[in-house]
Amino acid sequence: MTTPAQTPQSRGEIEAGLIAFLEGRTRVSWDEDVDLFATGGLSSMFAMELVVHLEQTYGVSIRGGDLKLDNFRTVRTMAGLVRRLKTDKDTDG
Amino acid sequence: MPTEAAPPRSDEHRITVLGAGTMGAGITSLALGHGVPVTLVDVDQAALDRARARIDHQKRVAQLMGAVPEGAAPGELSTTTSLDSTADATVVVEAVTEQYDLKSVLLTEVGARTKPGTVLITNTSSIPVDDLAGYLARPGELVGTHFMNPPYLIRTVEVVQGPRTSQHVLDVLDDLLRTLRRESVVVSDAPGFVTSRLLHPMINDAARVVQEGTASAEDVDVLMVGCLGHRTGPLRTADMIGLDNLVDSLWVLHERTGDERCRPCDLLLKKVEAGDHGRKSGRGFFTYERTEQLS
Repeated sequence: MTTPAQTPQSRGEIEAGLIAFLEGRTRVSWDEDVDLFATGGLSSMFAMELVVHLEQTYGVSIRGGDLKLDNFRTVRTMAGLVRRLKTDKDTDG
Repeated sequence: MPTEAAPPRSDEHRITVLGAGTMGAGITSLALGHGVPVTLVDVDQAALDRARARIDHQKRVAQLMGAVPEGAAPGELSTTTSLDSTADATVVVEAVTEQYDLKSVLLTEVGARTKPGTVLITNTSSIPVDDLAGYLARPGELVGTHFMNPPYLIRTVEVVQGPRTSQHVLDVLDDLLRTLRRESVVVSDAPGFVTSRLLHPMINDAARVVQEGTASAEDVDVLMVGCLGHRTGPLRTADMIGLDNLVDSLWVLHERTGDERCRPCDLLLKKVEAGDHGRKSGRGFFTYERTEQLS
């Protein structure tokens, strides 16, 4: 069984994992910098699925000011958010 | 004779929401996100427990979408199976199942508990407000406020002024809706008002088109979105409303208008019978992930 602690840590690996998740859910291919909601045509309601996916997969908690649509617009911004939250978590504790 | 309470100040609203289903939870999430305390009431404790989880989720969705005021402290939520809290509420919102008998019995009980001047809102999607007002000792206190699903994201509400709805009630409601940052359009009382009278028979027709094999549910929606500029296709909208609620509402419209377009088509009835109630159950015309079911 995979636990958050055993999941890939590098930005590139997080991006690859996110692209695989998106492709599984939408059946189309994605690039790291495509705006999922504007040019990608995904419903903004899908953003909440991404929030829950990131929390469960990478063991982070997305709260407060981080909970805004701009953080979930592209695979690259999401990977950046995960990296930052994981770094903050490691620093805190 | 009891005197009418002075209108509450904008920061003094206390809402009691009756019914912890899809709309009750959504209206609660909207109010809490705007700092208004809510007591959520349901006869079923398990429904209240489920609603709590759902409301936590919806508050996060609202924040994600930028639909709550920045820096506002959220309102406090309490839940109960008793109607006693209606006595202290400034506004009571009835959001139970779309069944006339259920709503009329509940409003009779609530009307006997609330203080004069308390605003009673029915969130009915199709029953004329004045028919329900007849069950109250003070019929002028009832107003229709038709929130759309999800209420915490949709900015416009349809307000239904019954022939006996008082100006005091409209003023307090206006203040509450401003606190909740909702825009309203006030319409006169009629079966289905404006939105349901237009939308529900159209959705019924869309389901009939699928039933007759003219097009798939996906294609019906793609055409209505792509060709006609609808933000959401009719069948995905149906799933969001809840197919069980939609059928209840269509029967009300059929009974009160005689319009055969409002007789629920076989495909809708079959889906409801199979338990495919739309987004909240995970499947209707389309299928939904757990996260979407909570939203």
